Amino acid sequence: MSVRKDSKWKRIIFHIILIISVIIAIYPALRVLGTSLRPNDALHSTSLSIIPDNATLNAYKELIFERNFLIWLRNSLVVTLFTVIIGVSLASTAGYVFSRKRFPGRKSGLTFFLLTQMFPATMLVLPMYLLLSQFGLTDDTLVIPFIGMAKAHIGLIIMYSSTALPLCVWQMKGYYDTIPESLEEAALVDGLNQFQAFYKIILPLAKPALVITALFSFMTAWNEYLVARVVMTDNSLYTLPVGLTNLAGQFNTAWSLFAAASVLIMVPVMAIFLILSRFLVGGLTLGGVKG
Amino acid sequence: MSQSGKNLRFTSALSNFSLKDFWRQNKFSYLMLLPAFLVVLFVIIYPFFYNFRLAFSNLNMYNMRQFIQSGSLEYIGFNNFIRIITESSFWIILFRTVVWTVINVAAHVVFGIFYAIILNRDIMFKSIYRTLLVIPWAIPQYIVVLVWRGMFNYRYGAVNLLLSKLGIAPIAWLSQASTGFTAAIIVNVWLGIPFMMMIALGGLQSIDPNFYEAAEIDGANSWQQIKHITLPLLKPVMLPATVLGTVWTFNNLRVIYLLTQNTLTNKIDILVTYVYRAAFEFYRYGYAAAFSLIIFVILLVWAISFIDYINED
Repeated sequence: MSVRKDSKWKRIIFHIILIISVIIAIYPALRVLGTSLRPNDALHSTSLSIIPDNATLNAYKELIFERNFLIWLRNSLVVTLFTVIIGVSLASTAGYVFSRKRFPGRKSGLTFFLLTQMFPATMLVLPMYLLLSQFGLTDDTLVIPFIGMAKAHIGLIIMYSSTALPLCVWQMKGYYDTIPESLEEAALVDGLNQFQAFYKIILPLAKPALVITALFSFMTAWNEYLVARVVMTDNSLYTLPVGLTNLAGQFNTAWSLFAAASVLIMVPVMAIFLILSRFLVGGLTLGGVKG
Repeated sequence: MSQSGKNLRFTSALSNFSLKDFWRQNKFSYLMLLPAFLVVLFVIIYPFFYNFRLAFSNLNMYNMRQFIQSGSLEYIGFNNFIRIITESSFWIILFRTVVWTVINVAAHVVFGIFYAIILNRDIMFKSIYRTLLVIPWAIPQYIVVLVWRGMFNYRYGAVNLLLSKLGIAPIAWLSQASTGFTAAIIVNVWLGIPFMMMIALGGLQSIDPNFYEAAEIDGANSWQQIKHITLPLLKPVMLPATVLGTVWTFNNLRVIYLLTQNTLTNKIDILVTYVYRAAFEFYRYGYAAAFSLIIFVILLVWAISFIDYINED
């Protein structure tokens, strides 16, 4: 941060750069919104404006009442919820001991987590796919009927919570590193055991990092398409990304339908992301990679 | 301590070693790690060795059913590996992947730092700008890529409409390899800037303002301050992010795969999209497993030499 204030001209130039950048950053999102409101006969328009003439909500109506959208939404919510719960609990405990304890295998464990980031997706997806089919975890047998969780979804949850794990562990470790160790020492003197010190003292302080970790797991599960496409076989099992790309591929006329679905998926994610974006600056501690 | 003293301590430590003490000391650590370890074991380590096995087999769509039922594999030694590296297409795709990675990561880092520096200055509405600039990161990628695909449409796409307003002839983006590759890079650069921007912003906020004050007194201008204070102090934060960014970009399946589906299929593949197709469109499982392993080794060798190079500096 410069101490001296920038000159007036400089500030104007900065504002111009930022405004142009913001337009480029948000235009595609606005474009989807505009497409979703188009009536069917005006699908191809050569206008750059966002809100079309004769805007209509027909696409939303068709999507919700005549397509499997709500089923896909439920599938995605189930998969995402379990992924986030598993991801956050595993990363917060593993990250903690990597940050605080010195034990045999610590260094190699951390290095190994970094190594996994270099695995190309196919290296895990292909064996996992074959493994899941051997264990019968790709079919539509319901496991928890009440929420519509099928065997195939368990496969996805296992895949997602573990692929996001290495990054989340590093992320949590980086944040724990910034919390002074004297806090636990005081807690231990006060008669808490190690787990209580972690659970009652440190975990609440690590809230910003927990939020980011949850966000990472959420985005992994909510947005993943290429693995789900391979594992899911039945239309009623689809998660939103798979269902959506199917809509886009089916026929040309489904463009506005696709756009409407995109908006419905995008808006909650963007809302969560924007609400949490203030945590991103302080909570994102990947940079704090030290021994 | 002398060498013999060290040895003495080592042997006495060994003779005093008891499993009970070891467990008492590390119990908490290992118990806390156990859940994560189990998941990693089943989902990452086991598949890794499984993949290793497949890489030496000729598993494909014809003998797949038999393999699922009986688990029998026909091993063909290093044939898959030899086949891959003797194909000329492998080297072309590898070269394309390197170009793809270098351009993308360079753009992400440069733009990321650029925006972070502007947003870290004393400027009005900066939190609004920051929030809006993060949006490309917040939209699910498969949506974004498909939307960009629409925007690159020859007749109706926003990109060509904008170009024609500027008096530039429309470009058939997704029908030629060169323009298609450019389009893919544009999309991926657009996607990746927010992440680097946030990392850089976090780094900037931890820089002590006193440095700038001192530089100001010494008469350094803004550019000199950026060059001699900001960039060197950002380095420890940006380096790990750059390493990760490189690995992620090298392995980025979504952008090229979704952008070129049904249009430029196969024309601008990078290594990962090529393997994905080999595995799930042509069902050449053994071949794809060997290919995945090669990609991993390339990245591993790069990462080790890069980190060594950094540490020497």
